[in-house]
Amino acid sequence: MRPETWFRTTAAGLYCEPGDFHIDPVYPVPRAVITHGHGDHARSGNGRVLATSGTIAIMQARYGNEAGGSLQSLAYGETVGIGGVVVRLLPAGHVLGSAQIVLEHGASRVVVSGDYKRRPDPTCAPFEPCNCDVFITEATFGLPVFRHPSDLQEIDKLLHSLALFPERCHVVGVYALGKCQRVLALLRRAGYQEPVYLHGALIGLTGLYESLGVPLGPVLPATGVARDVLKGRIVLAPPSATTEPWSRRLPDPLVAMASGWMRVRQRAKARGVELPLVISDHADWDELTSTLDEVAAEEVWVTHGREEALVHYATGRGYRARALALSGFEEDE
Amino acid sequence: MNRFASLLDALLFTPSRNAKLRLMQEYFASQPDPERGWALAALTGELVFDAAKPSQIRALAIDRVDAELLDWSYDFVGDLAETVSLIWPATGDTGGHVPSLAAIVEKLKAANRTDVAGLLEPWLDALDATGRWALLKLVTGSLRIGVSARLAKTALAEWGGVGIDRIEEVWHGLTPPYQPLFDWLEGRRPPPATGDLPTFCPLMLAQPLDDADLEGLDPGDYMAEWKWDGIRVQLVSRGTDRRLYSRSGDEISGAFPDVFAAIPADVTLDGELLIVRDGAVASFNDLQQRLNRKTPTPKLLREYPAAVRLYDLLREGSEDLRGLSFAERRSRLEAWHGRASPPALDLSPLVAFTSWPELRELRDRARERGIEGLMLKRADSVYFAGRPKGPWFKWKRGALTLDTVLMYAQRGHGKRSSFYSDYTFGAWRGDELVPVGKAYSGFTDEELQRLDRWVRNNTVQRWGPVREVRPVIVLEIAFDSVHRSTRHKSGVAMRFPRIHRIRWDKPVREADNLETLERMLS
Repeated sequence: MRPETWFRTTAAGLYCEPGDFHIDPVYPVPRAVITHGHGDHARSGNGRVLATSGTIAIMQARYGNEAGGSLQSLAYGETVGIGGVVVRLLPAGHVLGSAQIVLEHGASRVVVSGDYKRRPDPTCAPFEPCNCDVFITEATFGLPVFRHPSDLQEIDKLLHSLALFPERCHVVGVYALGKCQRVLALLRRAGYQEPVYLHGALIGLTGLYESLGVPLGPVLPATGVARDVLKGRIVLAPPSATTEPWSRRLPDPLVAMASGWMRVRQRAKARGVELPLVISDHADWDELTSTLDEVAAEEVWVTHGREEALVHYATGRGYRARALALSGFEEDE
Repeated sequence: MNRFASLLDALLFTPSRNAKLRLMQEYFASQPDPERGWALAALTGELVFDAAKPSQIRALAIDRVDAELLDWSYDFVGDLAETVSLIWPATGDTGGHVPSLAAIVEKLKAANRTDVAGLLEPWLDALDATGRWALLKLVTGSLRIGVSARLAKTALAEWGGVGIDRIEEVWHGLTPPYQPLFDWLEGRRPPPATGDLPTFCPLMLAQPLDDADLEGLDPGDYMAEWKWDGIRVQLVSRGTDRRLYSRSGDEISGAFPDVFAAIPADVTLDGELLIVRDGAVASFNDLQQRLNRKTPTPKLLREYPAAVRLYDLLREGSEDLRGLSFAERRSRLEAWHGRASPPALDLSPLVAFTSWPELRELRDRARERGIEGLMLKRADSVYFAGRPKGPWFKWKRGALTLDTVLMYAQRGHGKRSSFYSDYTFGAWRGDELVPVGKAYSGFTDEELQRLDRWVRNNTVQRWGPVREVRPVIVLEIAFDSVHRSTRHKSGVAMRFPRIHRIRWDKPVREADNLETLERMLS
């Protein structure tokens, strides 16, 4: 049975008809399967929720009782049947708990990538490619100008700057879920053992990562610390905080930002970033295109990002490709 | 080349002057010759190529990547060199050889225009994305440097442990990659000889004078002259070899061929470059027309004729006069001027006075074109590079002021990136407010915090870093003068606007009208 007869988009997002569930719905639905814990994918208020245990823990930490009517966790690789559809979760390599969703129905297989990346990340399980008939992919960085450099090379830039400006506080803009913990883990890999100071908004999820078995080294709250203590220290904060009054507590701050968008100078300039660090939790162009070849799906549907370029590329490679143009997903990472 | 490129990249992202200095110093300290010499040439704007056109760069790229993907990428990135540098597919097979800036410069200098594409391809393969970006900017003649030539020389001077004036003195006798300069700064050789070249003498600058300073000064020790509102220049010649320098030591002979032609033989003169028509000094706004052009058209030269009003004589023939007192140099200048009677160069007259109150009155009455205030120079002062406190003062006439209304606020940069510190203010035209200028200074840290808080709580609309605020706050703006301008909606532009007072108390309806500002036009 051709996948488009049982899998389609509705106003709430991707919808599986025989299972009667949505994937990452943008508003509350009776039954949802969630790829990962970022706020634009995992929203509160759904009836029944299926996700990995990591994602469920993140949703509970963020939403408490609003996380969903009932929460069911599924380990990577295990299956569950919902209304004649076999559902399986595979690692997506995006953030802790992130999953691709594999759906089998009537001898055809659909894989929803969710957000993903292919390079190693010490804070989450690596992406597992899975052959399928339809591959539904993200395209956040779906232009060939996006080729992320090695993440340790970017961390070296940060450490080099810290050595050159030892009296300045280095404040790095990071998203609270995933990027913050990955930057911490990378700093430790690079041999940085000093305490890293965290903005209050990052402390909860960082503690959660630790409790789920991801060691991140010594961290301390940045708030309530004497100004001088932060000289020559690394502070992680949500990107918006680096231009908000909060940042005035920092001594002579040097603003860095860890994001795939930092690859483009104007993007970095516009955000007032002094030290752009190209560290992304999304697949870059090479990862997006090589993954298409690896999963060897006849059809490629592109959910969000720079769809037209990836569709153009995929069509040129002989895939049947189209853009779904889903709304409700953010550019930020 | 990759290392040079990352320096350029970092300089563009770094707002603070001190941090820029440190980045350059680290580069000079860590890089070999002649690599750092070529880098210095690029930083001081002396390394300019025009070897390739954007269309050639595009053609190179679509040899390697799908044209449609390139165009979409270009739309997204907005800069061709950057797009190509990012999209260029790394072959991963470069034999580990990364070309140096020095090697690239040497080959480019020797190459014909038609060879350039062939040279570029292997370089693009071997460099990283930042290196490719700097290379493409370099060959298309659009390298943007995040520092002035002066700042680059300052970094070099601090790194080498010498004064900036010593660098400037020898600078114009040197050519890239400046080996003798680095040899000297690293103690291997004596300073490069300036010989018979028309080199720049670093300028002596004046301190601003507060009225309170006058108490301790004896009017008998000082000589006064008008402070002209043009640009400070230095005219230098050795035999027939001539140069016109700006106050920072940049050569500007090409932009002012009329003044250049008027440089007399074998002197070094200090003066003010002005637009002068039939003996009358035109406004700074007129001079601005010339400053915007690197090579003026004949029409521009005719309509905006430049001349120099002389302040000082620093060298006559081979005699260095900088060790003489100002009074002696002034007599020498007058005597020389009488003998040479050079066209397009006149003397800035001395202003006679016997007491400070008398001089203040002269200053306040001088609202004629081109006069910004007075210069006070100690009669016994030798010519000393830099801005020593005491021998020379500038005493500006009182500023003009206008009560305006705060309309928009924008976030600042660097240390001020969390503050709304750049303010656009307007004046009334009937019931409508028209923006008349922008100010970033004149307030205390406490006032900045209060304004910032006020802006955040009174925002009407936001566009990126800009907020439109409720028109409630009156800002008293001080400015030096106001001119006609076609670039501003209001039709006028202020010079050096700054916030004089924040009138938290004053109702906005009592702010000034645009006509009030127009009446102040000079």
